[in-house]
Amino acid sequence: MTTRLAPGTAGPASGRREAIMTPVPAAGATTPAVRLRDAELAFGPRVLWSGLDLDIAPGEFVAVLGPNGAGKTSMLKMLLGQLPLTAGTVQIAGRQASRGSSAIGYVPQQRSFDPGLPVRARDLVGFGIDGHRWGLPWPGRDRRQRIDAALAAVGAGGYADSPVGMLSGGEQQRLRIAQALITDPAVLLCDEPLLSLDLAHQQAVSNLIDRRRREAHTAVVFVTHEINPILSMVDRVLYLVGGEFRIGPPDEVMTSAVLSELYGTPIDVLRAGDRIVVLGTDHHVHHGDHDDIEVL
Amino acid sequence: MSDVFSLSTIAELLPYVYGSLIAGAILGLLGGVIGPMIQARDLAFAVHGASELSFAGGAAALLFFGTGAAATGTLVATGSIVGSVIAAILFGLLGFRARDRNSAIGVILPFGLGLGVLFLALYPGRSANKFGLLVGQIVAVDQTQLWLLVAVAVVVLGSLAVIWRPLFFASVDPEVAAARGVPVRFLAPLFMLLLGLTVAMAVQIVGALLVLSLLITPTAAAVRVTASPAKVTLLSVAFAMFSAVVGIILSLTPKLPVSPCVTTVSFLIYLVCRLIGSLRARRGWGRRTVTSAAVTAEPVG
Repeated sequence: MTTRLAPGTAGPASGRREAIMTPVPAAGATTPAVRLRDAELAFGPRVLWSGLDLDIAPGEFVAVLGPNGAGKTSMLKMLLGQLPLTAGTVQIAGRQASRGSSAIGYVPQQRSFDPGLPVRARDLVGFGIDGHRWGLPWPGRDRRQRIDAALAAVGAGGYADSPVGMLSGGEQQRLRIAQALITDPAVLLCDEPLLSLDLAHQQAVSNLIDRRRREAHTAVVFVTHEINPILSMVDRVLYLVGGEFRIGPPDEVMTSAVLSELYGTPIDVLRAGDRIVVLGTDHHVHHGDHDDIEVL
Repeated sequence: MSDVFSLSTIAELLPYVYGSLIAGAILGLLGGVIGPMIQARDLAFAVHGASELSFAGGAAALLFFGTGAAATGTLVATGSIVGSVIAAILFGLLGFRARDRNSAIGVILPFGLGLGVLFLALYPGRSANKFGLLVGQIVAVDQTQLWLLVAVAVVVLGSLAVIWRPLFFASVDPEVAAARGVPVRFLAPLFMLLLGLTVAMAVQIVGALLVLSLLITPTAAAVRVTASPAKVTLLSVAFAMFSAVVGIILSLTPKLPVSPCVTTVSFLIYLVCRLIGSLRARRGWGRRTVTSAAVTAEPVG
């Protein structure tokens, strides 16, 4: 496993490269869950990122951070096979990334459902099994048992038959996780899954994800603009800013020196207890309960 | 009352309207099946728009190709199918989000309706067809129209049977469906095509103004009493077929037109389901009690 920094971006983190390589909780794993080699993604002349080498081990938790427009969502789309790389290769569990791969579970942002939508919690989870297949839905005992087990695993058994539109955001995100995990994917891709959830639900949902990757060695790629709710779980951070990036453990990437160099402007990173507060990025602020801190 | 609901008159006339009853039943089946998908995709207003543009298409066909006495039901049917399908596909291109789509439909709809009125005003032939397109003409359904309806029903139901599961997935949860490999961009226009065909057929029977009562109301009633997609579909088919068939039978009473009969039956079913639904909401869905927040989040009306 190697982690190479983009050309010309050797920062303080690169000196400790060996330490960055191996925060892998899963023992004896051979095939990485995600393997990027010299990957580049560009829209016309605008290069989002290039020269990206990254191996994500089974069970590893990687947070993808960065300001809006840095290519976080494009990174997810690329892993989902919806956006082809302009150079390099991407493999998911040893196979080239392809659209609709069952090796990937996808958890999107929470969004509200219409209260009258004829979809129950168990139906939403059931989409994860066979929603993409042609034909008519057909009930079966096996299918029902799988759904019940998936619902129970995320603590959603109590509202299995409730319409999804009548559930809270936190309850809906539990269902999303059950839906994404029901095919036992190698990688769980999360796109801001905690957005618009309250603190208690943020904790509950991220704990579910963390438990799963420890128990079933599912690798987690977690796109977020706010690292604090998941800080204790994150093995490595991939920080994207305007074509540059850094990869490493939070302690090594989330520093004043590294972020200042990435952004090309002075950035202050403060540790406040078990939180990280980033000051100096106008469009991208990591804050917990620190809204009162003046931000440039 | 005996003047209005004369059972003997109905019994006498029944043999003459078998064609209409079959047409009504088929249409109820179509509307009931496609209704849950319309609901999941939030397309009620697009259905209304397509039905009125279907009327404009029929009127245009009558004016431009129906010279002299040769104006047949088939011609109007063809025109309204073309109008409705074009409208439906156009609405489909306006974007997935209802918010973006609805104002554009609101802009196109009155213009199309105005064109339809203009075409009918310019048409020099019989005026009987003028209102038929707006409020339905099922009693006058002929053999050719019936076969056309059967053909369209086979195409629409057959296609829906193939694409149902991924289409429903994509309607409820487009992002995740796309991530799971559902061809979302291919299914959306295909569904709009099927919807356009269904709307055009419904326009023939209940008229452009009342299509919603067979395509929207039955599903709206069904979702009040169950949240299971399968049960909603079965119930909405039952409600739509019942409304169409019973409505047609009631309309055999002298002086009663078809449309109000169909829409009234449909509406009564909705009222009953709403009542049952509100009782049920008080008891709670499933094993979990509905919070007061969830109840107030429900749209009124």
